[in-house]
Amino acid sequence: MSDNGAALLEVEDVHTFYGTIEAVKGISITVHEGEVVTLIGANGAGKSTTLRSIQGINRPKTGRIVFKGQDIVGRRPHEIVKMGISQSPEGRRLFSRMSVRENLEMGAFQRSDKAGIQQDIDRVYELFPRLQERRMQKAGTLSGGEQQMCAIGRALMARPKLLMLDEPSLGLAPILVERIFEIVREINHQGTAILLVEQNALIALAVAKRGYVLETGRVVLHDTAQALRQNEQVRKAYLGEV
Amino acid sequence: MTAESGTARRPMLAALPRFSQQINRVLTWVVVGLFVVWVVGNFINAPKQFVSVFLLGVTLGSIYALVALGYTLVYGIIELINFAHGDVFMWGSMIAVTVSAHWLGLDGSQGWYVTAPLIFVTLLACIAFCGTLNVAIERLAYRPLRNAPKLAPLITAIGMSFILQNAGALVYGFIEQPVPDIFPTKPLFRIGGIAYTQKSLLIVLITIPVLLALVYLVRSTRQGKAMRAVAQDMDASRMMGIDVDRTIAFTFALGGALAGAAGLLFVMYQTSTRYDLGFQLGLFAFTAAVLGGIGNLTGAAFGALLIGLIQAFNEGLSWHTPGSSWTQSVIFSILILVLVFRPQGLLGEAVSDRA
Ligand SMILES: Nc1ncnc2c1ncn2[C@@H]1O[C@H](COP(=O)(O)OP(=O)(O)OP(=O)(O)O)[C@@H](O)[C@H]1O
Ligand SMILES: [Mg+2]
Repeated sequence: MSDNGAALLEVEDVHTFYGTIEAVKGISITVHEGEVVTLIGANGAGKSTTLRSIQGINRPKTGRIVFKGQDIVGRRPHEIVKMGISQSPEGRRLFSRMSVRENLEMGAFQRSDKAGIQQDIDRVYELFPRLQERRMQKAGTLSGGEQQMCAIGRALMARPKLLMLDEPSLGLAPILVERIFEIVREINHQGTAILLVEQNALIALAVAKRGYVLETGRVVLHDTAQALRQNEQVRKAYLGEV
Repeated sequence: MTAESGTARRPMLAALPRFSQQINRVLTWVVVGLFVVWVVGNFINAPKQFVSVFLLGVTLGSIYALVALGYTLVYGIIELINFAHGDVFMWGSMIAVTVSAHWLGLDGSQGWYVTAPLIFVTLLACIAFCGTLNVAIERLAYRPLRNAPKLAPLITAIGMSFILQNAGALVYGFIEQPVPDIFPTKPLFRIGGIAYTQKSLLIVLITIPVLLALVYLVRSTRQGKAMRAVAQDMDASRMMGIDVDRTIAFTFALGGALAGAAGLLFVMYQTSTRYDLGFQLGLFAFTAAVLGGIGNLTGAAFGALLIGLIQAFNEGLSWHTPGSSWTQSVIFSILILVLVFRPQGLLGEAVSDRA
């Protein structure tokens, strides 16, 4: 991992609401260049909302989000994608009536370098050979695992500096989960920083360098992944130990 | 907390009650069968008259198609039945009168080399005006309600329709706005005593390339892909870097432009228009869009052709035909029958591939 210490993303005391419901109550997170950081926490802790706030889908009411030195709060999502943040969202959200290939192309919507896009499509096919076999198939007819691969591939097509993955292991067989995380590591080794949301804390903490534990919209704990793996509280709540 | 991949949106029209499959199928075939018998009966009864009426129907259908596409494009992307669309079309026809007859002074006496470029200028004016008008309507009336329950923008659309109609009456009065016959009216041939004029052919010849260009735009261009993506999943589109607001505005601009073009063709064909034109014609075009499967471009064109033919048949044929005073009732019956028995339309699947 090529962590050179510079902060790529800094989320500072962000509060995000859905109507009057405060889903994120003052979260601060840092992701350095080339780093894998994980957010873990129970259902409804505000993990997805944090990613949506960073992406500009839900605008934080207060707080700062600084990416590559610029405050991006209030920027529109497509501008944020262009700056280098993309995500594979919760529930995958593929364009179900488009083919696998078209989905990948949509991921590159902000780019215009045709040759580069083709190169990246080939790279995604290399990472996920299954997608190449299914490239003409409508995304809605893929299996759950294939859809997850397609969603990750689609997010990669933006050539992000920061890739956000929202529960990439959800609903996948253990063997496939391992395969997906191998690929997550590989993507990271190629230089992309990753912000990983996971329910499966065990595997998330194995891949990540640092982690944040969220509870009801707040960060209750943050440390290196190694320390979190040993933390009594985390072991009880998230690693399934009694 | 997982949503099914991007299909969380339920089409409004699919929520209408459905009858049991069998009754549904039997009734559909009975209706289609009776229609075919009626058409064939008329053909045998008076073949020449039938052919001339058929050609008339194709011309009407072409104009309806341009309007129907505006309904279908907008419904396809934000699931709103834009009731104001017919009135945008009416404004297109008004602008066509103003520009061609009042400003440019076309009255049919000029040669084609003067008329053709000036009509083209009028067309551009209509397209620009209606495109802009439709975008403004979206910006002011629909966008603020984007996250509101679906009934809110629907009611706003009906209100918008009244506003546009009243504004039309205010500017142009309650009377017919006549235009001289500017399009070439020379008969190409006569059949059954009725002339098929050059302008009828011209209308069809203008419509077909427009339809083909539109299908190409939506299927194959970057902008079209953005439209299809937004239609399927707005938030996912945002995450892919698509400017959703701009894509929706573009869709309204496109629909408005088509309505503007239709306004010109209509006024050239009928040689008059009125402030309340948009109501009836809009509902006919809407019926066409629903008949073809709302959200489906090919369906809208196909449905419009059918509605144009049905109207022409009803008004021009003589064997067991209700006649022109029944046209509205016939078309609305079709709308109701389709909504009840086949809400997905003729070409749509249960949840149609919109585009
Ligand atoms: N669209 C919405 N409208 C209202 N409340 C919402 C909405 N989306 C999320 N919430 C609420 O915000 C809180 C945080 O939700 P969020 O989806 O961020 O949690 P999460 O940590 O991702 O949970 P999970 O692990 O179940 O995905 C929850 O209490 C949820 O009910
Ligand atoms: Mg979540």
